[in-house]
Amino acid sequence: MANANAPLLEMRNIKKDFFGNQVLSDINITLAEGEVLGLCGENGAGKSTLMKILFGMDVIRETGGYEGDILINGEKVTFNTPFDALAAGIGMVHQEFSLIPGFTATENILLNREPKKRNIVSEVFGDRLDTLNYNEMTGRAEAAIEKMGFHIDKDMVISDMPVGHKQFTEIARELSKDQLKLLILDEPTAVLTEKEAEALLASIRSMSEKGIAVIFITHRLHEILSVCDKVVVMRDGLVVADVPAASTSVSEISKWMVGRSVATAAKADIRDHSDAKTIMSIKRLWVDMPGETVRDVSLDVKEGEILGIGGLAGQGKLGIPNGIMGLYEAGGTVEFDGKTIPLNSPRKCLDSSLAFVSEDRRGVGLLLDESLEWNVAFPAMQVQNKFLKNYLGGLIKWRDEKAIREVTERYIDELQIKCTGSKQKAKELSGGNQQKVCLAKAFALEPKFLFVSEPTRGIDVGAKALVLEALRQFNRESGVTVVMISSELEELRSICDRIAIVSGGKIAGILPASDPSEDFGMLMVSMVK
Amino acid sequence: MKKDNKIFTFLRDNSVPIMFVIICAVCIPVSGFSYGYLLNEIVTRMGRNIFLILALLIPIMSGMGLNFGMTLGAMAGEIALILVSDWQIWGIPGVVLAMILSIPISILLGAFCGKILNMAKGREMITSYIISFFMNGIYQLVVLYMMGSIIPIKHFSVKLPRGYGIRNTVSLLNMRQCLDNLLAVRVDGVKIPVLTFLIIGVLCVFIVWFRKTKLGQDMRAVGQDMNVARDAGINVERTRIISIVMSTVLAGFGMVIYLQNMGNIATYSSHSQIGMFCIAALLVGGASVDKASIGNVFLGVILFHTMFIVAPKAGAQITGDSMIGEYFRVFVSYAVITVALIMYETKKRKHKSAAAQQLQAAQNEEAAK
Repeated sequence: MANANAPLLEMRNIKKDFFGNQVLSDINITLAEGEVLGLCGENGAGKSTLMKILFGMDVIRETGGYEGDILINGEKVTFNTPFDALAAGIGMVHQEFSLIPGFTATENILLNREPKKRNIVSEVFGDRLDTLNYNEMTGRAEAAIEKMGFHIDKDMVISDMPVGHKQFTEIARELSKDQLKLLILDEPTAVLTEKEAEALLASIRSMSEKGIAVIFITHRLHEILSVCDKVVVMRDGLVVADVPAASTSVSEISKWMVGRSVATAAKADIRDHSDAKTIMSIKRLWVDMPGETVRDVSLDVKEGEILGIGGLAGQGKLGIPNGIMGLYEAGGTVEFDGKTIPLNSPRKCLDSSLAFVSEDRRGVGLLLDESLEWNVAFPAMQVQNKFLKNYLGGLIKWRDEKAIREVTERYIDELQIKCTGSKQKAKELSGGNQQKVCLAKAFALEPKFLFVSEPTRGIDVGAKALVLEALRQFNRESGVTVVMISSELEELRSICDRIAIVSGGKIAGILPASDPSEDFGMLMVSMVK
Repeated sequence: MKKDNKIFTFLRDNSVPIMFVIICAVCIPVSGFSYGYLLNEIVTRMGRNIFLILALLIPIMSGMGLNFGMTLGAMAGEIALILVSDWQIWGIPGVVLAMILSIPISILLGAFCGKILNMAKGREMITSYIISFFMNGIYQLVVLYMMGSIIPIKHFSVKLPRGYGIRNTVSLLNMRQCLDNLLAVRVDGVKIPVLTFLIIGVLCVFIVWFRKTKLGQDMRAVGQDMNVARDAGINVERTRIISIVMSTVLAGFGMVIYLQNMGNIATYSSHSQIGMFCIAALLVGGASVDKASIGNVFLGVILFHTMFIVAPKAGAQITGDSMIGEYFRVFVSYAVITVALIMYETKKRKHKSAAAQQLQAAQNEEAAK
């Protein structure tokens, strides 16, 4: 019943919510055979969720499915697993590599689809004992590489390959599937060198000539303009623009990406600290944090300010605090208050009155199985010998339970942490309240300098406002310098004095928070790697 | 400079075998054994042990590490041999029957072990080690109380005088070295058990062939990255269970070969150390937790057992105390396993920090421009 006139792919009124939190509303996208669609949007705009729906990923079904229809060639389809999507001719190249490191390119391209030969043993014990047909494997791999139009060594083992070639191996794997009609590329150029990225664009063009439609997700907007037929821009779960690529420009797209309908957010009381002394000076910092690599970052933080660090996901903004605080391997120099802070040593950082609220609440931030009292007091106890009673001249130290309870209750009050009492276990709290406990923990250290990483990720609006307000108060009342890292530009603009934008692992620029969103948007995509 | 680097890398990657070559080279002259005797002993031990150690290769291939699951296969082999000797079926027919009998027991134990190891991914080595202790308890229950009372055991040479349970030692005198002696050839006074070596050869060919099958390819894929393999549609859990079952079945055969060479079963202890010694031998041959080849097996057996033969004598010659050598061999087995595990971890760490070094280098390069 395939309708010849129907587009290859049609998504109608797609809606999706995660436990009441609407992430996609009324998405309509159509795609014809051989068409290249550029999909862009800020983090959290809903791109990935939309692609996960299209690809039938488990997480969608586990969180209650989606609303709306997906039509392939005019026929409604439901994908329960990625294998259904594959069978329907949809291929996807994910951001994380899905390759077997010790296998050659050929073996990876044909993983679990190897051509086989029957033999006597397999006649008896079943077809898993068929031997592999190496000649045909080579042939098919060569054909797929040919189709891709970028040459990679089919006999090279993946672990020896430069990272760009791994990406091409993945693409070749999708192309080796005969039924492939639609290929989704999720930020494929993020790991490529400029030359390889060029080659990839050329290969996308040649795929499209062969009738394969491509959905191309990238933060490099000029790539979209050079290769795509049309551009779809998403923001806050909505399609804000769906236009032919020829009729738009980089600045227009970046405006769509970050522009808010309510352009008020920038806060009123921006302070200028350019005369204040430099409290932290970061020079030539690199951090090896997987997925958030930092390259050659130099940055001065002024005393008493709130500095925001923003940027798109994977560009390295999270790597900066994690590297300085010693959680990931780092190099370069960091001076704090005139003294050099040794890197790769979390304890030294804490001793110098730095504190860090990690984006990884459950992993790094909290002792999930312990009470709130413990969570709040633990670092202060460990690092600063607070909340301890000394006996025998400090030989024996006992916890000062009373002081611990008092301080915990104070923070429960101040931050309005919703809990049954200071003895409740941290894991029993909701995400927003857990975040507040993380803050209380950092506040209890009474630091001079506070890193806060993604403090509002995954918490509801009310809690968000509270957390931000608590940070602002902490800054204003105790004069603590705060560096806040967040993916949400508007949030940064609402609280920070200055905002540094990280792009491609480097600082792309620092602007006062009062500058228009579009300027930040341009910085975000300026050096994307 | 680059060549030096290569030599250094070679030395580092092969440090364990090289250490053993040196130990052997020192101990052989000190022990004063004649080369004929030594060669004879080594060839015998190769025939005895290689099949068992080859059984370890398949779990390593599927990423389940150095797996003590083979101890379960060894138990299956022993139970089969006890039954066969009770039925008084000797010689080659006895060996073949024991092997066949061990198959269902091995499959059962292997599937059980594989199921549990699927729940303990990444901790296969310690989990399988503890399973082998647990199964040892079940084995003793079966052999000590159920055999003779529930499972019919007739022959007085096998059964304990009290009427049930198996004697401490079951003699296999009537099938002793029957595989080894058939087709045996003597070269310069060294007895070569041709048939046993042929069987080992067939297993080697099988393993090489198996790597090229779909199942072998799947196992290698699962071994390197379970998630990727699963995303590609490979049934990871099933593949891992098959791998353990194959290993236990082969270990069952290996144990039968081992015991027919020894000529008796130490009912309650034969299997208890076999896993340890096999794993140590494999590691001495240069294998690691995630990589092992047939070459490692052969080299390992030769080096490990040469040390076994000469160390006690050499120790006695030097210190005048023969116990020192006995102490040394047990000590070395554990030490080798520990060292291999540590080296595996450091290698992984080094790999990780290499990424950071690259980043630093790239930044310096850029600055130089």
